[in-house]
Amino acid sequence: MTIEVKNIVKRFGAFAALDNVDLKVGKGELLALLGPSGSGKTTLLRIIAGLDWPDAGEVRIDGEDALGHGASERHVGFVFQHYALFRHMTVFENVAFGLRVQPRAVRKDEATIRARVKELLDLVQLDWLANRYPSQLSGGQRQRIALARALAIEPRILLLDEPFGALDAKVRKELRQWLRSLHSEIHVTSIFVTHDQEEALEVANRVVVMDKGRIEQIGTPGDVYDNPATAFVHGFIGESIVLPVEVSGGSVRLGGRPLNIAADGAASGASKLFVRRHDMQIGPAGTGSLEGAVRHVRSFGPIQRAEIALTGGEGKTVIEIDAPRDRELQAGEIISLQPRRYRIFAAQE
Amino acid sequence: MSTQTSFVTPEAPLKAYASTAGAAISSLSRREARERPRALASPKDFRTEPGPVRFVIVALAVSFLTIFVVLPLVVVFASALSKGFGAYFAALAEPEALSAIRLTLLVAAISVGLNLLFGVIAAWAIAKFDFPGKTFLVTLIDLPFSVSPVISGLVFVLLFGAQGYWGTWLQAHNVHILFAVPGIALATIFVTFPFVARSLIPLMQEQGTQEEEAAISLGASGLQTFFRVTLPNIKWGLLYGVLLCNARAMGEFGAVSVVSGHIRGETNTMPLLVEILYNEYQFVASFAIASLLAMLALITLVVKTVLEQRLDEGQTPRDDPRDDLRDDPSDH
Repeated sequence: MTIEVKNIVKRFGAFAALDNVDLKVGKGELLALLGPSGSGKTTLLRIIAGLDWPDAGEVRIDGEDALGHGASERHVGFVFQHYALFRHMTVFENVAFGLRVQPRAVRKDEATIRARVKELLDLVQLDWLANRYPSQLSGGQRQRIALARALAIEPRILLLDEPFGALDAKVRKELRQWLRSLHSEIHVTSIFVTHDQEEALEVANRVVVMDKGRIEQIGTPGDVYDNPATAFVHGFIGESIVLPVEVSGGSVRLGGRPLNIAADGAASGASKLFVRRHDMQIGPAGTGSLEGAVRHVRSFGPIQRAEIALTGGEGKTVIEIDAPRDRELQAGEIISLQPRRYRIFAAQE
Repeated sequence: MSTQTSFVTPEAPLKAYASTAGAAISSLSRREARERPRALASPKDFRTEPGPVRFVIVALAVSFLTIFVVLPLVVVFASALSKGFGAYFAALAEPEALSAIRLTLLVAAISVGLNLLFGVIAAWAIAKFDFPGKTFLVTLIDLPFSVSPVISGLVFVLLFGAQGYWGTWLQAHNVHILFAVPGIALATIFVTFPFVARSLIPLMQEQGTQEEEAAISLGASGLQTFFRVTLPNIKWGLLYGVLLCNARAMGEFGAVSVVSGHIRGETNTMPLLVEILYNEYQFVASFAIASLLAMLALITLVVKTVLEQRLDEGQTPRDDPRDDLRDDPSDH
C-alpha cells in the first residue's frame, strides 16, 4: 500500500515540529526516517498513524484520505519504542488483542483467532512464550511480540517508532537483520523512525533525512551517504571533516591560503568544506593542499585513525582522518593532505 | 502508590536492613545469601545504631502507639462490653441503632458509587489528556481535603436551606434535600470526593498513554480501550481509593452533622448517633455503635495493607536487569 504525505505542518506552540513536509512511500518499501531528536520524525510517524493530528496538510494511505479517520479505523500497525505491551495480558492475549476487539460482524471465531496468533508467534519465533507475561520477557522478545501484535490486524502499513532504541547494541544488530528478512518475507509497506544512521543505512531501501521539521534529503542509503544534498546531511551521515573556507571566483582558500581544489561551482563567500575522514589523501610534506603534524595515531582493523594539527590558517585546527595502513604514520611527523572527494556548501550561520 | 506509601524516613532503610540481616542469613538458601551484599553479613554492622539507642527509639515508638492507638481501641471495646454481650447486642438491636446503620450504609453506597464514577473520569481526563485548566482542576479536586468538613456542610445549608439560595424554590416544589438523605449524601460525596481520583492520578500518570495508543492503533474503540486496557491496569489502585473513600464516608461527622438535622431514627448516621447516645449517658449503646466503626477501621486497615502489596507487585519495574540473563535460544 502506498502512503502519501502532502504539505504537513504541525506546531507545538511556537515550535514547528513539521514544516511543510512532503513524502511519498511506494508499495512494499521499507523506508527509514532518520534525524536527530527534535527533527520531527516521530511526529510525522504519529500523524500517519493517527495518534497525532497535523495543523495543515494531507495524508493519504492507498490513495484514501486518512485524516478523515481516527487511528482505530486506519488499519495501521504501530510498534512503539518502549513496546507498550499490555502488562496484564499474556503474550498470547497481547497478540490476539487486535482480533478480539474487531466489530462483532467481522470478528473471527475463537479457533481462527487461536490459529492466527499461533502463526504470528511462529513468525517471530516466540511461540514458546505464549503464556508468559510481558514483564517476564527480555527487551528483544518484547519488541518482537509487539511486532507480532501489530501484524495481527493485517495492517495496510507498518510504522515503527525507534523500534530498537531501547535495546542493547548486540540485540539491536540481530533484530535489524531479522526485521530486514521479515520485511522481505511479508512485504508490507513500512516506515521506521531512527536516530541511528547505521540502522537506517543498513535496513532501509530508502532513507529520508530530516532536520528541524524539514526533509533534507530522500534517497537510497548509498545516495545519502555518497551524494549528500545539504551540509546537514553531510555532517549527520558518516564522519566528516568540516573546514571553514572562503570561495572566490572558482578558487578555495583556507585561512587565506589557496587550496588546490576546484570550487565545483560553489557560490562565492564564506563556505564550509566537507571531506570524509577516509577521503583525505596522505602524502609527504609539501605535496598537498594542506599540511599538518600528526599528534596521535590509533590503529585498529584495516585503518589507522590519526589526529592531525593543521599548520597555517587561523589558530590550531585539529582534524581526525582515517588512512589505510599501507604506510604507518608516526606521531610528530609532518604530512600533507589532499581531499580526494569533497563537497563545498555555503556557510549558513 | 506514591501519595500514601512512598514516604521513606531516613531510618526506614536502616531498620529494614537491621531486621532482615539477622533473619535472612539463617532462613535463606545458601545461594541467595551469597548474593546479598557482603557488608550485611559482616559481624559488625556499621549501618545501624548501637543496641541501647535502638531500644530507646523502639520503646518510644511502641509507647506512643499504645497510648494513642491501642488504648483508645481497647477502651471502645471494653466500654461497649462493660455490661456483657447481652447488653451490647441489645444496644445494637435498638430501632434507632438499626436505622443509623441502614442510613450509614445507604449513604456510603451512594457516595462511594458516585465518587467511583467521578473519580475515574476525573483521573482519566487528568492523567491521559492535556487541556487548558488542568492544574486548576487538580487543585479543585483537592479542595474538600483543605476545607473544614463543617464548612463543607454549611455550604449545602446555604444553598438548600430554608433561607438559602434555592430554599424557597425547593420548598415550593416539595423537594427535601437538607435534613434528609439527599443532603447527607451530598455532604458525604463532597467530603470524600478526592479519595478515588487522588489514588488513581499518580498511578495513571506513571503508566502513561502508550498502552492506550497501542490499543487504539489495533482498532479498539474508546470504551474497549478503557475496559480492556486502562481499567485492568488500575484495578488495585481503584479498589484502594474506594476503600479509603468508604471508610471516610461511613465515619464522616462534621459535614453530615450540619446537614442532618439529627432527626432520631431518620437522619442520624452512626457517628452522629454515637455522640447523641454519649451525651445522654447511654455509654454502652454509644460505645457499641462506636465499636462497629472501630471494626470497620480495623478491616479497612487490613484490606488496605493487602491492596498496597498488590499495588507494589503490579508495579515491579518492567526493565528488570535479570531480563538480559534469561534464556532465549532464539536471541542467539
